[in-house]
Amino acid sequence: MHALDQSILTLILLVPLAGAILVAILPDRGKAPNWLALIVTLFSFVLTLHLPAHFAPGMKGFQFEIDRAWIADPLISYHVGVDGLSLWLVVLTGLLGPVGVLASWNAITARRKVYYSLFLVQQTAMYGVFVSLNLIIYYGFWELSLVPMAILIAMYGRKNGPKAALKFFLFTFIPSALLLVGILWLYARTGTFDYVNLQIYLAHDTLPARALFWVALAFLAAFAVKVPVFPLHGWLGDAFSEAPVALAMVIAGKLGLYSLLRFHVELFPVQARHIAPLMIALAVIGVLYGACLALVQRDFWKVLAFGAVSHFSLVVLAIYGLAPAAWNGAVYQILSLGIVEGGMFVLLGVLDTRYGTSQIAAYGGLAAKLPRTASYFVIASLTMIGLPLLSGFVGEFVILSNTFTDVSRGWAVAAALGTILSAGYMLSLVQRLFYGPESTMAASKPASDLRFNELAALTPLVVLMLVLGVAPSYWFRTMKDGLQPEATQASPMHSAAQSPDSLPVSVHTEGQP
Amino acid sequence: MNVRFHLWLIPLLPFAGFLINGILGARLHRGVVTAVALLAPLLSFALVVRDAIALYGTGPVFPSPYVETCPMPWISVGPLHVDFSFVLDQLSLVMLLIITGVGFLIHIYSVGYMRGDKGYARYFSYLNLFLFFMTTLVLAGNVLVMFVGWEGVGLASYLLIGFWYQKTSAADAGKKAFIANRVGDFGFLIGIFLLLANFGTLTFSEIAAKLAANPEWMGGALTTICLCLLVGATGKSAQLPLYVWLPDAMEGPTPVSALIHAATMVTAGVYMIARTHFLFERSPHALNVVAVIGAATALFAATMGLVQNDIKRVLAYSTISQLGYMFLGCGVAAYSAAIFHLVTHAFFKALLFLAAGSVIHALGGEQDMRKMGGLWRKTPITFVTMTAAVFAICGIWPFAGFYSKDAILYAAFLHGTRGEILWFVGLVTALLTALYMFRLWYMTFFGEPRAHEAHPHEGPWSMLGPLVILGALSICGGWIGRGEGLGRIGEFLAPTLGTYTDESQVPHLELILSCVAVAVALLGWLIAHSLYAKKTDRPARLAAAMPGAYKLVANKYYVDEIYNAIFVKGLMGVSKYLLNLVVDAGILGGAAWLLGGIAQLGGAILQRWQSGNLRSYAAWLAAGAAAVLVVFLLWPALLHSQSGWTGLGH
Repeated sequence: MHALDQSILTLILLVPLAGAILVAILPDRGKAPNWLALIVTLFSFVLTLHLPAHFAPGMKGFQFEIDRAWIADPLISYHVGVDGLSLWLVVLTGLLGPVGVLASWNAITARRKVYYSLFLVQQTAMYGVFVSLNLIIYYGFWELSLVPMAILIAMYGRKNGPKAALKFFLFTFIPSALLLVGILWLYARTGTFDYVNLQIYLAHDTLPARALFWVALAFLAAFAVKVPVFPLHGWLGDAFSEAPVALAMVIAGKLGLYSLLRFHVELFPVQARHIAPLMIALAVIGVLYGACLALVQRDFWKVLAFGAVSHFSLVVLAIYGLAPAAWNGAVYQILSLGIVEGGMFVLLGVLDTRYGTSQIAAYGGLAAKLPRTASYFVIASLTMIGLPLLSGFVGEFVILSNTFTDVSRGWAVAAALGTILSAGYMLSLVQRLFYGPESTMAASKPASDLRFNELAALTPLVVLMLVLGVAPSYWFRTMKDGLQPEATQASPMHSAAQSPDSLPVSVHTEGQP
Repeated sequence: MNVRFHLWLIPLLPFAGFLINGILGARLHRGVVTAVALLAPLLSFALVVRDAIALYGTGPVFPSPYVETCPMPWISVGPLHVDFSFVLDQLSLVMLLIITGVGFLIHIYSVGYMRGDKGYARYFSYLNLFLFFMTTLVLAGNVLVMFVGWEGVGLASYLLIGFWYQKTSAADAGKKAFIANRVGDFGFLIGIFLLLANFGTLTFSEIAAKLAANPEWMGGALTTICLCLLVGATGKSAQLPLYVWLPDAMEGPTPVSALIHAATMVTAGVYMIARTHFLFERSPHALNVVAVIGAATALFAATMGLVQNDIKRVLAYSTISQLGYMFLGCGVAAYSAAIFHLVTHAFFKALLFLAAGSVIHALGGEQDMRKMGGLWRKTPITFVTMTAAVFAICGIWPFAGFYSKDAILYAAFLHGTRGEILWFVGLVTALLTALYMFRLWYMTFFGEPRAHEAHPHEGPWSMLGPLVILGALSICGGWIGRGEGLGRIGEFLAPTLGTYTDESQVPHLELILSCVAVAVALLGWLIAHSLYAKKTDRPARLAAAMPGAYKLVANKYYVDEIYNAIFVKGLMGVSKYLLNLVVDAGILGGAAWLLGGIAQLGGAILQRWQSGNLRSYAAWLAAGAAAVLVVFLLWPALLHSQSGWTGLGH
């Protein structure tokens, strides 16, 4: 056991927070806040790397656990830890820290101190969400992750920040209040906020079923909005267009998806199983609906937003399919999406800052002048589309194949149609931005390809897209044991006779004509 | 014997070439770019030849098939376990020889053809990338690695069709190709899921072993699997109903059309069916569908080839038609014959495209055959080599195409109860093939020169060399299949694809049928001669005699228009109006607006307390967070009265 193991998670939580305070008190001179934020985020990223380096893949339960009494009444303990489910999400958050700072380097010119300190608070909040094992602490971080986000959207929105911030606020805070009520009700009935204890209590099924149904639904609602799950995606388009790049890349997806897995499906297995058919249907509708809408958007942020709805929905499908192998695919897909969406945001942010518009029609023929931007964009698009050997394929394939074999053939086939549609909207976007004759708007602006800071942010992401696509087994090895879904044991949808060696059930003899 | 072949080097060498030229190409000297680009396929080819000699040259020293598996699995989750595994057997060896051999020739040709292009390094990096994926496709030991190559060649094809991306038509064509292939790949993917569900493995040899152990498994799920795989094959190999992308793919540079859209990539569907023939064998229904699709595509595409005026488009439809023959061969379970035709087709179709490229080069970019003519004097080497290819594709004895096409038609004739119909369709196609190929031949090389402004000239030797080599192969390439049971190639492929037996009751049937086929081809030539040898108004009169039919064919049966109206316009319309306007903006947006309105009302009441600027807005948020803390700090007091019945204390 390494000496740091006992305190690493506390360090990870505290470093960005300390950085935020430091940025806030030091004078705002030149690029000082940028550099400070970069150093802090890099340092915290390095700290997160300690986790996979010392993670024991075979072990059950949580690792790097810290469980200290904090407040006696109500009983709140500072309980944090990671398992195969959260391990890589923590590392991903760490990675996106410096990427976000680099992406903001030239884009944020005013009130740098406010921006970077809130950005660092946001980092702590996200780490907190992924490592918290006490519900009230989790809730604190969850809420904390929303606050700087709303403020930053309002302050730094491109055109209509306050409106987008209000929308974001209304969509996410109201369900969060429900979440709080649910958490408090659980505490009232069980006397604990502790995740592990609660899991045991709930497994023994002594609480009234009707009330539990509503509590589970409150949890689900808060997370589903944050993902967002169809039809709760109304806030996403505006948030994507208005939020500063570094925040937009973390605003949707992983926090909500992780929470669905950890605090809905794993906490309320019975309730999750009941609502799973509905969630599967919504997920598949979301996959197709998001993709169809992405096809017809005129603004590239909206293409990205609806594309994201489509991709996140596939992860939701994996989660509520309740098939253990698909969960690995789900976590993998969250990682891959975190990376590829991050890259997309940086690239589209580059275009929006340089050319001052996100209207696709204004663009065209950029590839000749911005070859690097074009190459990176094409690679990111191909990852998004799920081209084999890039990271997007692995998650998609694992999810779809397991859904097909273990959950439902019909839903899997319907969701697989998304692979055709995603090629449609992403390649159209590539074409309308980069190919064809140069547009008058593009010709009127001086061409400037990716700068050093942008290359520094993007290159690691692109390399990871390839590495995650070629060598997923390394990641899967560490995930596997974190993902032992309780809910699958008695899942009615999990078909029984599908062991690999069994006879093909559906193959029947037929006379040769 | 502990020698390893290092099969992984065969794809990885071109990949290295792709990386070097792709990343550094713009800054490297052109000579270095050329050297890297040519070395990659040359070394791969050398490796393939070495492996061929080691495996089959001196008797069975190595076990065949020879398998290499990467020690680290690719995807391993739950029941799903997929390795990077490569298999070298007779089938993949034949394919590799074609891909790296013809590929290398086309690389050389490209050096001359693309020398003036700004994107020289980019071009070669894509071409090397293609070889990486294509060799991966044929070496794959399991379905998923094959799928890697399968989608990868689609990517390379997309990049190369849209190589001149400033042209809207090129960018459109690239996108169309990728999406049409994705439709096919969707079917392939479902086929893979079905294989997993029914066999629990994706490894070819394991699936084959399970089938062999259960001889009673026929049809049923296997038919579904085969039909799903077939959907994938029709996409990649441009068969009905997914062929529409291939004619447009001619927007790419001509050597690309030769390599990807004629000789190698488009034959992947044929290869896939041959590779999984043990599955298709168990589903006579699926095989029938393959045969019917093949025959129908062959005929359908040939009719469209008759009326095209763009030299590359004639060749594109001809490719679709010839691929139809290969599907027909697979469909009548003559896999060796299909692969044999794949080989000879790779020679003569690559040559046809390269020679067409030479013509286009000579005329400074002109592709319209109506503006060509009389070129045989000006470009004699191109003329002679192309003539060999025209004779080969028409199936005239003793050129390469004769042997392979004959083998397929003969197998079709002997097949089942309706084999004669398939054979007859193939025969009519042969007539049409001769007609449109000699039409091309006459319009390009004979008659009065119609391009007055240009000074036609032969290209550099880098272009002519490959023409000559492929010309020789188009003449003698078919001789490997001469004799009983497809001769040497049939014997060579027998361990993987089964032996080829002559079941005919009638003596000399094959000879009679081949005489008929040659006669039909000569008839086609004769018709073409009367119509196109001299510039007459006969073709126009013929077209005027049947205006309806001519219009239908000239407009390619309006298939593009129909697909566009149903799939593109339909989907876009539904998305734009129904989903975007009605559902998203209307219903969902309205609901959110309603909620927002209620909140705004609340906000208006609170307006007294806040000034509306951002700072106080932030303060409100902070206050909200503080309120949360207060609530749970005060909670014990609230809880106190209830603690009696929580009951689950620690």
